[in-house]
Amino acid sequence: MLDLEPRAEPSRAMTLLSPVFALIFTLLVCVSMFLWLGKDPWQGLELFFVEPLSSPRALAELSLKVVPLLLIGLGLALSFRTNVWNIGAEGQFILGAIGAGGVALLASERTSAWVVLALLLAGTAAGMLWGGLVAWCRDRFNANEILVSLMLVYIAEQLLSYLVHGPWKDPQGFNFPQTITFATPTEIPRLFTGSRANAGMLVAALAVPLVWLYLFRTHGGFRLQLSGLAPHAARYAGFSARRSLWTACLISGGLAGLAGALEVSGPLGQLTTHVPVGYGFAAIIVAFVGRLHPAGVVAASVLMSLLTIGGELCQSRMGLPKSLTAVFQGLLLIALLACDTLIHNRLKLVRTARAPAR
Amino acid sequence: MDAVFLLLGASIDAGTALALASLGLLLNERAGVLNLGAEGIMLVAAIAGFATAFHTGSDVVAFFAGALAGAALAAAFGVLVIWLHTNQYATGLALSLFGAGFSAFVGIDYTQVKLSERTPFTLPGLQDIPALGPALFRHHYLVYLAVALAAAVSWFLFRTRAGLVLRAIGESPESAHALGYPVRRIRLAAVATGGALSGLAGAFISVVYTPLWVEGMIAGKGWIALALTTFATWRPWRVLLGAYLFGGVTMLQLHLQGEGVALPIQLLTLLPYLATIVVLVLISRDQKWIVVNMPASLGKPFSPRT
Amino acid sequence: MMHRSSIRKLARELALLVSCAAAFGCKGGSDKEAAKPASSIAAATTPEATALKAAFAYVGPVGDAGWTFAHDSARKAAAAATAGKVSSSFVENVPEAADAERVIRDMAEQGNKLIFGTTFGYMEPMLKVAKDYPDVKFEHATGYKTAPNLRTYDSKTYEGAYMAGVVAGAMTKTKTIGVVASIPIPEVIRNINSFTLGAQRHAPDVKTKVVWVNKWFDPPKEAEAAQALLNQSADVLMQNTDSSAVLQTAEKAGKLGFGWDSDMSKFGPKAHLGSAIINWTPYYTKAMNDVLSGTWKPTQTWWGVKEGAIDLVSLADQVPAEVKTEIATLKAGLKDESFAVWKGPIVDQAGKEVLKAGEVAKPEFLLGLNFYVKGVEGKIPSGK
Repeated sequence: MLDLEPRAEPSRAMTLLSPVFALIFTLLVCVSMFLWLGKDPWQGLELFFVEPLSSPRALAELSLKVVPLLLIGLGLALSFRTNVWNIGAEGQFILGAIGAGGVALLASERTSAWVVLALLLAGTAAGMLWGGLVAWCRDRFNANEILVSLMLVYIAEQLLSYLVHGPWKDPQGFNFPQTITFATPTEIPRLFTGSRANAGMLVAALAVPLVWLYLFRTHGGFRLQLSGLAPHAARYAGFSARRSLWTACLISGGLAGLAGALEVSGPLGQLTTHVPVGYGFAAIIVAFVGRLHPAGVVAASVLMSLLTIGGELCQSRMGLPKSLTAVFQGLLLIALLACDTLIHNRLKLVRTARAPAR
Repeated sequence: MDAVFLLLGASIDAGTALALASLGLLLNERAGVLNLGAEGIMLVAAIAGFATAFHTGSDVVAFFAGALAGAALAAAFGVLVIWLHTNQYATGLALSLFGAGFSAFVGIDYTQVKLSERTPFTLPGLQDIPALGPALFRHHYLVYLAVALAAAVSWFLFRTRAGLVLRAIGESPESAHALGYPVRRIRLAAVATGGALSGLAGAFISVVYTPLWVEGMIAGKGWIALALTTFATWRPWRVLLGAYLFGGVTMLQLHLQGEGVALPIQLLTLLPYLATIVVLVLISRDQKWIVVNMPASLGKPFSPRT
Repeated sequence: MMHRSSIRKLARELALLVSCAAAFGCKGGSDKEAAKPASSIAAATTPEATALKAAFAYVGPVGDAGWTFAHDSARKAAAAATAGKVSSSFVENVPEAADAERVIRDMAEQGNKLIFGTTFGYMEPMLKVAKDYPDVKFEHATGYKTAPNLRTYDSKTYEGAYMAGVVAGAMTKTKTIGVVASIPIPEVIRNINSFTLGAQRHAPDVKTKVVWVNKWFDPPKEAEAAQALLNQSADVLMQNTDSSAVLQTAEKAGKLGFGWDSDMSKFGPKAHLGSAIINWTPYYTKAMNDVLSGTWKPTQTWWGVKEGAIDLVSLADQVPAEVKTEIATLKAGLKDESFAVWKGPIVDQAGKEVLKAGEVAKPEFLLGLNFYVKGVEGKIPSGK
């Protein structure tokens, strides 16, 4: 039967190849599904991987999806490396949107364009607050951060709902649960006229090297990673587990909040109950597929965005159901996780021993 | 006063699916495995059960189909997590995502479908008791089965040798391994059984509770079930009561609206989640409490060689 | 030891792994080979060259048997009615947010010259896209903003609610009727009020209880809300949500209910009293013809029974004959405008008269409706 035998050292070949294998596997399933449904697999693949990259407009749309996934994914990669399992990034994203929305509500057409900065800062702070709650519960009460952060997602959703149904509802909006459309100064500057790509791309582009530098070139980042990999060794070396926890939660919460603020300042332009679209959860997959490394997170966020937009295109052009996207994304992650085992282990065919040792 | 009993009855109904799923997760977690894929499992089981009920006309076969689907998915998860040592949280999340998409995809042709008439299940005599009758005795048999299952799981865990072994594995798989128990296989069995129960819950929702299929119809109950297991500190009877409580809060919120009470809906809706956090905080802050209440190896991978 | 990982070994590992993974993939699939989902997938047409390409954006699934289903049925019927000059396609499950703009923009890019957005939440996205595509005509359902190439359309669902109310009032024994409501916007409040006004024809002291689920489509929640209403002695239920869950809950409990948006009679054979349906076909046919003939103008259309957009259909056998006749008379009255639902005297919950005797409500009054009429219990959520 098959068994796993640990390698003495992680295989470098597999570290690079494993995502490739996972992707190939997912593509094989993808193509098979298209064939089974009687659709042209090449057109499907083209819609997934070529079309979203094929024109400046398409790239702009892609960037709108990549930016939040990238930002949140960076934060989660950092958090997971520290062994802090922040599953509630979606809630922190919502809080970021709420924070930014709150500032935006105060703006008028005559407000200075710097209000965008205030928006982003407010959103980041709100996200940090929500992440901080998770840290506090674990720090003070030892409460498991997975469940706490997850529950906070639902609470954040209800908070948003309350605000747009009540105190923040547009008085001229026929009682629809949404805020006013925010004044023009609150809109983050677009990068090119006629396209929706905005300065959020620059923010995200800046975040990548910053996070990388922090994680791999500073003492603080080193401490974080060590706390995740070998908590006892870290404690022995005097690194405070508490500080690592708070850092991880605040940074990942802040980045998720920033992503939420960028959504409000960018494509949304108002708050509705439809703010949460699942970026926080998709980013978990992005973080993993990206190997918890900033460069990988960039690639993974592009890949996930391609899959999402491609899935939409498949729906409108080929009549394929939207659910296929979730199937492929889930499969991709499962395949990657499975393939990753090969980094640390080797598959062997073991002959069943005559006298099985117990 | 009548309304109170009706509310009680409605809470029991609303809580049954939660109880079933949560009991399944409890088995998982007692063995040390945290399955975040509960939502995906319930969704796939829901469509499996619904489709089976539609094609065979039999509820019982549908429940089996749901349980089987749940067990199969959970077993796949189990192999990945227990043998291949994939990260439990990521794998569970991937399963949730996959399950959501897969169930929606497979269920496309079933959204307009209606199941045939069913004779309501009644307990003759008992259901006519004034007040308590409608509250307690007019439910579908799965409701009573859930109670029986809670008893069975409790008995299994705390009164049988096998249950003891399971709990031991949850506390310290290394020790159990040293004693010669096939830890991984037992964990897989626990995960698969847990999946079967979650699957049963999913099928219950789509065949009995809201007998139609719609994508995403589990609507977060899988996540609540996860919270519930923690809220109930991994004890079967507390899971059952907690499930009725959570179900009750939902129904209470709707009930209060009908009465014209003007509390913000959102406040009532978020109560179960807030309550879970509070419980988590309460049971975790004392180290002794955690040790007593939470399976020590929850979420950590085990390898026979270490 | 390090370089034992030769190509052959890698290949073997790959093969073993792929077969494992394939086994997982298949395992997930084998139990569930219920039905090949071929039919609804082929629905989006990739058709022959025609004069006009039209596209529809739906917020829900076509199979919701409610709101989106009604739109899609009308799409097909209208395309058929324009004698092959129009080819239509749709995208379902388009969320009401930033993503909507991308989908609608893509529709415009793909050469569709007539684009329908079937939910309020598409308003801002459609306005943005409309600016960039002046030669494309946009139709927005249930909205209130227009542009030179964007117009709005809606149906007088309150007429259907009123007629259903008449039946409800005649059939209720407990004199309590319930409404499972979606989101507290004027349209829904109008429907609740109209339902109550209709019921008051036969049961002047009827009480209407309302439970809000804050969603347009959430069957389990709708079922629970229905149960809560039944538990409070409502014996006839109505809903403003998009699925048949409320009707099915009434059926299970041996009570009565209605279909909404589409004919839901098959979902509750014993409970179903009638279905207040929306027929978008007349409007969609008109819209398509408008574009084909070049007479499209940015109007705001609000059609009801008179134009064939609203109807109360499939009245059950258990509805008494005189009530059926009454409904027929009402429909005739709506058609020749001798009857109006919102005609005074009408008082609100506080007893204040909001419409004087004989006064017919103006559209602005109806569009901004933000109060309950007498007979409805409770307060509008977050209404001032």
